[in-house]
Amino acid sequence: MAKSKFEPTGAIELEARNLSVLYDSTPAVKSISIRIPDRRVVAFIGPSGCGKSTLLRCFNRMNDLVPGARVEGEALFQGTNLYGPEVDPVDVRRRIGMVFQKPNPFPKSIYDNVAFGPRINGFNGNMDELVEQSLRKAALWDEVKDRLNASALALSGGQQQRLCIARALAVEPEVLLMDEPASALDPIATQKIEDLIYQLKQDYTVVIVTHNMQQAARVSDYTAFLYMGELVEYGETNRLFTNPVEERTEAYITGRFG
Amino acid sequence: MSMPERSEERPPERPHPAVQRDASRFAPRLRQRARFGTLFHGATFAATVVGVVVLVVLLYDVITDGVRHLSWDFLKGFPSRLPARAGILPALVGSVWTLVLTAVIAFPLGVGTAIWLEEYAPASRWKKIVETNISNLAGVPSIVYGILGLAVFVRYMVMGRSILAAAMTLALLILPVIIIASQEAIRAVPGSIRLGAYALGATRWEAIRYHVFPLALPGILTGTILALSRAVGEAAPLIVVGALAFVPFVPTGPLDQFTVLPIQIFNWINEAKVEFHYLAAAAILVLLAVLLTMNAAAILLRNRYSRRF
Amino acid sequence: MGGSSSRTADPGAVPRRQGQERTPDPGGLSRRHRRERWIGALLILCSAVSILTTVGIVAVLLYESLGFFREISPITFLTGTEWSPQYTSRQYGVLPLVTGSVVIAFIAAAIALPIGLLAAIYLSEYAHERARRVLKPVLEILAGIPTVVYGYFALTFVTPILRSIWPGTEFFNGLSAAVVMGIMIVPMVSSLSEDAMSAVPRALREGAYALGATKYEVATRTVVPAALSGIIASFILAISRAIGETMIVTIAAGAQAKLTLNPLESMQTMTAYIAQTSMGEASQGSVEYRTIFAVGLLLFAITLLMNIISGFVLRRFREVYE
Repeated sequence: MAKSKFEPTGAIELEARNLSVLYDSTPAVKSISIRIPDRRVVAFIGPSGCGKSTLLRCFNRMNDLVPGARVEGEALFQGTNLYGPEVDPVDVRRRIGMVFQKPNPFPKSIYDNVAFGPRINGFNGNMDELVEQSLRKAALWDEVKDRLNASALALSGGQQQRLCIARALAVEPEVLLMDEPASALDPIATQKIEDLIYQLKQDYTVVIVTHNMQQAARVSDYTAFLYMGELVEYGETNRLFTNPVEERTEAYITGRFG
Repeated sequence: MSMPERSEERPPERPHPAVQRDASRFAPRLRQRARFGTLFHGATFAATVVGVVVLVVLLYDVITDGVRHLSWDFLKGFPSRLPARAGILPALVGSVWTLVLTAVIAFPLGVGTAIWLEEYAPASRWKKIVETNISNLAGVPSIVYGILGLAVFVRYMVMGRSILAAAMTLALLILPVIIIASQEAIRAVPGSIRLGAYALGATRWEAIRYHVFPLALPGILTGTILALSRAVGEAAPLIVVGALAFVPFVPTGPLDQFTVLPIQIFNWINEAKVEFHYLAAAAILVLLAVLLTMNAAAILLRNRYSRRF
Repeated sequence: MGGSSSRTADPGAVPRRQGQERTPDPGGLSRRHRRERWIGALLILCSAVSILTTVGIVAVLLYESLGFFREISPITFLTGTEWSPQYTSRQYGVLPLVTGSVVIAFIAAAIALPIGLLAAIYLSEYAHERARRVLKPVLEILAGIPTVVYGYFALTFVTPILRSIWPGTEFFNGLSAAVVMGIMIVPMVSSLSEDAMSAVPRALREGAYALGATKYEVATRTVVPAALSGIIASFILAISRAIGETMIVTIAAGAQAKLTLNPLESMQTMTAYIAQTSMGEASQGSVEYRTIFAVGLLLFAITLLMNIISGFVLRRFREVYE
């Protein structure tokens, strides 16, 4: 049970209310309540297996794809329960985008990767323009503008990840969920991703899962520490890292376990 | 939960997002796509089930056509101009003879090749050629094997239209299948077993014979039985090699002329009198029973003895 | 891991320390090494059999065909439109046989490819584990039924139905054989295509779902394009199999070589010709006897070419996912 309950101010974009996730009756997320404010970066940190990725995936209903996964409680997006009976997960996933740990571009051209989402979602504007804008927002345009028809797999790891970000942005989501986006990348590519996140938060709500505490400290406004499926502490990043309230938080931050 | 802790500082006012989110730029047509998705799901399921349906219809057809002709007399009888007296004993015996001879020829050759490929052959161009060759042979039409058998075994080696020629032809036909299945079974044995044997001073062959081979044997046998069950059902190459149309005797040796079950079925189908068609159906049931037994044996073998390493 | 990488050189005799008694051949080592060499030689001979088989096929086909082509020009053979070696007219144009094979294979493919691919998509993307465990083996059963049984089914069940739908259908017709052959080939397409689709990494599907794709879109616009090389290779192999199939067409399609594209008519394929002529009375050394080999050579060449192309497609266009 989280003794220190933090209430962020401002408009709340995402909220979990007593949210639990069980995989075949093994609990992975235990009754977590948390509020994610609009257009801020929130980081989920914690040791392996603490449930941070599982919690993240609740917000775009990706847990639906895991056979045997059961979700209890509520996950709210702008006040509406994402798990309500009238909600189509396909719609949720367009408005709440996701970037994965290992870059997973489609084996298609760079252009087709970015255009994939809009095409499926019935985009009726100028596709070339949208592709360019998305690549610019992902800070990749200058590097690929001359070879949009080249295979996406020819790009470096860091470029592929930025392509995945561009791809996610192309469907104009309101939230971007990032599951350890830089953990498979070298330090330079990681730096670029972190810079990108800082840019993106002007326009998008970003929730990032990371096992790298320094990254969380650099990039996020608020940080949530999870342990064994529970929310231990949640607060402003600076405060959490310099003056944690909970003992377990302090133990994790100072490297005593994890 | 205790009282929420309020953060001291208020975040600065955020400007409106620079990103335009005009919802009308996207027309997700959710309901349409969902409906189409359900239809597609149904279509894929139907496609999968079509095969099952055809199988059931086929079996029903064969059973209703042939089951009343099944009797001990049928199994013990000889083919005859009179449908009422015709039986499949020569064909059954011929099939058994052929099966056994084919197994005796193909099994050592196939397993030997697989052992050489997996345990002895250095990863060289030559090995690649042999493997590519085997995979090509697996795709050659069965009747071409019959032509090979006719020219080499029947004529050139003067075996005549005999069981031996047939068995050698069929052995060559199923050899690629046995080799590939045996290779997989051998490959599945972990290297630690071999290393353990070498560490005790075993030579390469001793390691194979006493350690690798016994562990791979269930997989090898399963593959071999499945390959042999394919050979039992083959007719085309044997037509060319010369299984006879009318065999009123039971073969007693490998150089005898012969017929096999599929050929007998084929002959009866070609007869003008409709009664022979029903006999063919009965013979089909016998053939299917034989195949069912062989396949069941192979599957039992696999389930009972195959281990997860 | 087995095979070459864990092979060690057979240990030779370990040098002895000074002063130790030399016992004659401890552990029977030299005897065992001699046996090793014999066995190695034996195994190489086993492998040679597969090479000899190919050599044998090619040699046999070429030898008799060369005899054939000394009497009939290859051009006439490949471009002639009438085939009647057993009749007094003695025409040796193979095109009617080729069109027979191709028309039937084409129709069989038109049935098997869509059904096989859809079934593969179901098994790979939609089916629960339990359904898969049941349905997959059942499809394999279809592949294991002897073709002579399919021939029976085509002649006694399918042909009467076709004749009641289209009264002009001949008793022996290509369509009946083609339909049954199509069903027989479905497991080949579905099994190979499903293997190709299962090899597509899960991460690719997740990426598509995360963009708001429905299951249908993930399957058809992400997985199938990613597995395309394997799927197309399976198509080519299936067509090759259809061309090489003998019993169904021999029983149900007809014994008259006729240059026609109408599947409701009787037609003779290359394989049926070889089978039917082998049952006949052609004497060795006659031109008619040699036609078996000439047609066999053509059949072998066509199917070999297709199998090679299939392997090429598989290797060359295999998608790299990482």
